[in-house]
Formats: sequence, structure tokens, C-alpha cells
Amino acid sequence: MTERLLEVKDLHTSFFTDAGEVKAVNGLSFNLDEGEVLGIVGESGSGKSVTAYSIMRILTDPGTIKSGQVLYKGRDIVSIPEKEMRKIRGAKISIIFQDPMTSLNPTYTIGNQIEEAILLHTKRSKKEARERAIEMLNLVGVNEPEKRVKQYPHELSGGMRQRVMIAMALACEPDILIADEPTTALDVTIQAQILELMQKLQKEMGMAIIMITHDLGVIADMCNTIIVMYGGRACERGTADEIFYNPCHEYTKGLMRSIPSIVGKHERLIPISGTPIDQLNLPKGCYFAPRCDNAMKICMEAQPDEIWVTPEHSAACWMNVKKVYEEAGKEKAKS
Amino acid sequence: MNTQPLVDVRHLKQYFPIRTGFFTTTPLKAVDDISFHVNEEETLGLVGESGCGKTTAGRTLLHLYKPTSGEIYFDGNLITEKNIKNYRKEMQIVFQDPYSSLDPRMTVADIIGEPLDIHHLYSSRSERTDRVRELMDLVGLNSEQANRYAHEFSGGQRQRIGIARALAVDPRFIVCDEPVSALDVSIQAQIINTFEDLQKKLNIAYLFIAHDLLVVRHMSNRIAVMYLGRIVETADADEVSDHPLHPYTVSLMSAVPVPDPKLARSRHRIPLEGDVPSPLNMPTGCAFRTRCRYATEKCAQERPELKEAAPGHFVACWNI
Ligand SMILES: Nc1ncnc2c1ncn2[C@@H]1O[C@H](COP(=O)(O)OP(=O)(O)OP(=O)(O)O)[C@@H](O)[C@H]1O
Ligand SMILES: Nc1ncnc2c1ncn2[C@@H]1O[C@H](COP(=O)(O)OP(=O)(O)O)[C@@H](O)[C@H]1O
Ligand code: SF4
Ligand code: SF4
Ligand SMILES: [Mg+2]
Ligand SMILES: [Mg+2]
Repeated sequence: MTERLLEVKDLHTSFFTDAGEVKAVNGLSFNLDEGEVLGIVGESGSGKSVTAYSIMRILTDPGTIKSGQVLYKGRDIVSIPEKEMRKIRGAKISIIFQDPMTSLNPTYTIGNQIEEAILLHTKRSKKEARERAIEMLNLVGVNEPEKRVKQYPHELSGGMRQRVMIAMALACEPDILIADEPTTALDVTIQAQILELMQKLQKEMGMAIIMITHDLGVIADMCNTIIVMYGGRACERGTADEIFYNPCHEYTKGLMRSIPSIVGKHERLIPISGTPIDQLNLPKGCYFAPRCDNAMKICMEAQPDEIWVTPEHSAACWMNVKKVYEEAGKEKAKS
Repeated sequence: MNTQPLVDVRHLKQYFPIRTGFFTTTPLKAVDDISFHVNEEETLGLVGESGCGKTTAGRTLLHLYKPTSGEIYFDGNLITEKNIKNYRKEMQIVFQDPYSSLDPRMTVADIIGEPLDIHHLYSSRSERTDRVRELMDLVGLNSEQANRYAHEFSGGQRQRIGIARALAVDPRFIVCDEPVSALDVSIQAQIINTFEDLQKKLNIAYLFIAHDLLVVRHMSNRIAVMYLGRIVETADADEVSDHPLHPYTVSLMSAVPVPDPKLARSRHRIPLEGDVPSPLNMPTGCAFRTRCRYATEKCAQERPELKEAAPGHFVACWNI
């Protein structure tokens, strides 16, 4: 069997706060192949960013990976020493954030910052690093890169800063780019530019992308495969077409119903009732059960496992288990 | 039939003086001569990129900022600095950020009751309590929780508190400034439905400001598109979305990410090059000309006014 680029196995990450244990990620597993563009979608607090930070090992106190593995090319990077991790972070796996100022230092020129990333991870000379920085800025569509390298982050517009951050993240040609809501703070026209840029760079450089967003439009635009998260778990996963045209988890169905129609039908929206879950007190059964209109008795008692609904689509919802039994029953009755 | 618009804004300007040197100030033209109207029980959507003047337009129209020039009519009456207090009750505002717009030390009853206090809208303590409870029911809050503090509520619930507060004085017009932008889609849908129900029930007109174009289209009867302090296009909501005419609107609409993978694959964007110019340094003529692929000599010289390109469809562009 060929080695997977990235395998996340049964990841559990919690924040041990004064109020108690905030269970942010609760047994998440997924694979990422070379060149794949994987979307992770879910409401705020569903554990998307914490998943990304766990993979990068940049969780802040009091966040801890409690258990699980993150295998990068077969090697578990959860347990390797920080010194080893530094060779991977920013070089093999890079991350970009919603707010570019998270990665950019306001007191250094953007040229300096991109060069620094290059010098840290490659054997390039200072001069080569500068050339590479200019090349990268050119690649991400920053005009007059020779001049721009001398500018400070605050002298650039929001969209431009986002490009600089992408240039920095990609300067060492990582295998994986994790993009955590990279366009959420941007205007639609600038967002379109950045998404287009990411698609172009992905094709040219061939890296895999984990695209984290709460925006179903961005996901539909960018991703081949999608994971829908709820309460720190994957409630459904599959190809983009399967998730959008054949959602099989009640939460995903609810999400699809609650967005306004793109053809302007002005039909009344059907919201998901209730409020988001409290990660300090997770329900015993299905995490979505308190908000689910179709919850059954078993939903309150036991957590559903993910089952395959098609060869490229799985969902963790008792409804699908019930369907399987019913169909099996029908078959039996026939024979 | 009453054809007079409820709110009629004419040639509104809002220039903020910005210090650019020791003794010099330069006017920042946040809103630069815009005219629009909102009919009774109607929703007018206001869209455009960050910084184009949407919030400023909404606030100036409510006299929360003193207009630099221009007129605002409510129900046919000219609003002035002197008489605005008579209209405060009629025109309310709901803000984007339910977190920062509510005082965390106030109970829900106090937050919703404050405008009742200000406008002396009750004669006894119990009447006030009843009214607060009624308002909470109206927006879908549990009135048992009237004595809880705002920080004990979720984002969606806090937005409901903000709406209840705006409704307390029985307004006929509400400026909704990004009222659902901070919310998750599932909660967003709840609040959108609440706005729609209230409009039907209480006959309220909205100026609905948002950057999510699908949400604005869903909510609005008509949409006005702003660019750099000016309105460049206005028409029926579906018309603006499906058949935009102004080059800026065309790009804007093509940039909206659609939650439909097949459609997303078949669509192509009409990218906008470059950045929005600084409102401190407006281009002459058409404000969009620095990014417009159709710009001509004339566009640099003269500002295009809104003119009716199709029935009810107004566009400010020399080439239309
Ligand atoms: N009090 C103020 N003093 C000076 N300039 C201001 C003030 N308020 C707004 N501006 C400027 O006026 C312009 C319009 O701002 P406004 O807040 O109306 O934009 P907006 O369209 O609401 O943007 P957003 O989508 O980001 O909310 C911007 O250039 C802004 O920086
Ligand atoms: N520093 C922290 N301290 C305590 N809880 C946190 C911290 N960071 C995140 N969390 C919690 O972890 C959960 C998942 O958060 P996050 O991954 O940021 O969600 P999102 O899906 O919006 O990115 C939430 O309940 C959040 O409140
Ligand atoms: S498992 Fe039960 S509660 Fe959970 S989504 Fe499915 S039907 Fe609803
Ligand atoms: S007036 Fe000229 S510059 Fe402005 S949008 Fe029309 S063609 Fe473009
Ligand atoms: Mg996040
Ligand atoms: Mg605003």
C-alpha cells in the first residue's frame, strides 16, 4: 500500500479551563492525499481551527492533544520532539490564517519575513532567498515585488497582506497547505482573487490543501472532498457533489436548507432550531440530537458510527443505520 | 394608494475632515452625493465593498452623524437637527456586532426597557415589565430570562435582544447594519426569518446592509450597490443579481461564491484588478474608472449620474 500524505487518527484535543474541560475535538479521523483539496466546514466552535492547530502543534495553553495520531508520510508528528517538528512546520506543512497579521510581524519588512522563512528551511544563500522572495511575491500577484519587499505589513491592503502570507507559506514548497478561513475577512471581490490564486498555485505546485471555512460557497468552489464537522467530530464526509446534492446527516441537511437560494426564490428559510452545543457538557448520544427534529430514542443514548452510504460518502447518523436495517428487512421479506 | 416614499434621501453627503498636515485637513468623502428612497413595508438592500460608505450612509440618514449636506425626508417631512428628536421613535438601528453593542452589565430587561424609559412609554412598573416580555416573545426570546445578563446569551440570542430593543418604540423604519454577518448560517436563518416575520406583522421598512449578497437578495425588494461613497446601480433585487449592468456590479456578482459545486465549476468570474482607491483621493469623473475595463476619456472628466436604463433599473455609467 502506498503511504498516505497525511493521516489523522482518532484525534482528541481539549482545553483544560477553569470552567472545566472544553472538548474541542472528539475523535476526528481523516486522510489527505497528494494534491487533494479537502474542505472542512462547520459552524463556529465546531473544532475546525483546533484541528488545524493540533496538526501544526501550535495549540496555545491550556489546549492539549489528549490522544490520537497525526501521521505525516507515515510518521507520527504528535510525539516527535519540538526540534523535529520545526523542520516540518512551515516547510512541509504550512498554515495561513484569517488574519494575516497572525503570521506577519509588523516591525519587519515583508521581504525580510519571507526570506527568513526560506533561510530557516532551505540551504539557499541570502541573495538567493531575496530572489526567491521576489519570485514568490510575483507568483501571488503582488505588483512591483522589488519595491514591495521593502515595505512593512501595515503599508499594504488586506488582500495584499493575505497574498504576502500565502507567498510566505508557500516559499518552501510545502506538501500541505492548511488554510484556516483565509478569505473570511475579505470582500467578495478580493476573496475571489485569493481563491483564484490558491487554485492556480495548487495546480502549479501540486500541494494538498486543507481548506477550513464556514462558508458553503467557498467550499463548493474550491474542494473535491468535504468533511462536515459538528461538535469536534466528523458527522459526514464525501465528495463535494455527494455532500451538496445528497446530504445524509440531519445537520448537513439542515445547513443546506438554511442558506438562501442562489436563484433568488425568496422562499422562507428553514433554520436549524436550538443553539450550538456546549463543549463543556457534551450530550451522551448523537451530539446533534438536542437540535435534531428527527431524533429517535437511540440518538439520545448512543453515538452513531460513521457508515458508508455510497463508496465515496459516509455519515454518522442513526437514520442511515435504520435505513440499512429496513432495506435488509425488505430483502428478507421478499425471499 | 400612498406613493410617497417613507424615507427619501436626496443628495446626501458625509465628508469627514481628516488631518493631513499641520494646518491642513482633507475631506474624506465617505458618502458623496447619494439619493435613494425606501417605501413603506419595503426592504432596500445596500451592498458594496468594505469602506464604501454603507454604515456612514445609514448613520447619517438617522442623523447619528450630522450630514455635510443633502436632505432626508421621513413621511414627506424634512428632517432637521431641530426636529430629529421627534423622529427618533420612528427610525431605529440594529447593529452588526451583538457582542459589543450591548452593555454586559445590563440585564435583558434593562436593555430592552431603556428606550421605553427614554421615550416615557409606560405609566407603571408592571406595564414596563409586560411590554419587555411582549417584545421578548415577539423576537423569539424566552421571556422567563428577562433578568439574565446579555453575556449569558448566544450570538443569535444577543442579536434578538438588539432587535427587541429597536422594536421597543414601534418604529416604522429600521436600519439593519450587517445584522446577521457575525452569525453562523444556521442561526443566521433564524434571525432572517425573524426580520421577515416582524416586517409582515408590524409593517416595518428596512434598509438592510450586508456584505453577503445571497442574504441581501433574499431579504430585499430592491438593492442599491455602492462604490466609493456613491450609488452606482439600483433595481429590483433579482434584476440586480441576475442582470447587473454597471461594470462594478457585474464583477461583484460574478465574485459571489455559490454553494452549488456544479454551478461553481461552470461559472466564470470577471476579476477586478487592483484595489479600491482611497476615499481621500477620489478619482475624477467616475469613481470606478481606475478599475474599469471600459473606461474612456469621458469617464475621467465627468461624473455619471444614475439614469434609468430599463424600467426601474438605474445605472450610473457613461457606457450604458
Ligand atoms: N468617524 C469617521 N471619521 C473618519 N472617517 C470615517 C468615519 N467613519 C467612517 N469613515 C470612513 O468613511 C468611509 C466609509 O466607511 P463606512 O464605515 O461607512 O463603510 P462601510 O461601507 O460600512 O464598510 P464595512 O463594510 O467595512 O462596514 C471609510 O473610508 C471609513 O474609513
Ligand atoms: N484557547 C482556548 N481556550 C479554551 N477553549 C478554546 C480555546 N480555543 C478554542 N477553544 C474551544 O474549542 C472549541 C473549538 O474551537 P475552534 O476550533 O476555534 O472552532 P472553529 O470551528 O470555529 O474553528 C470551541 O468550543 C472553543 O471555544
Ligand atoms: S443520529 Fe439521530 S439525532 Fe443525530 S442527526 Fe441522526 S437522526 Fe438526528
Ligand atoms: S462610467 Fe466609465 S469608468 Fe465608470 S463604470 Fe462606466 S465605463 Fe467604467
Ligand atoms: Mg476557527
Ligand atoms: Mg459598515
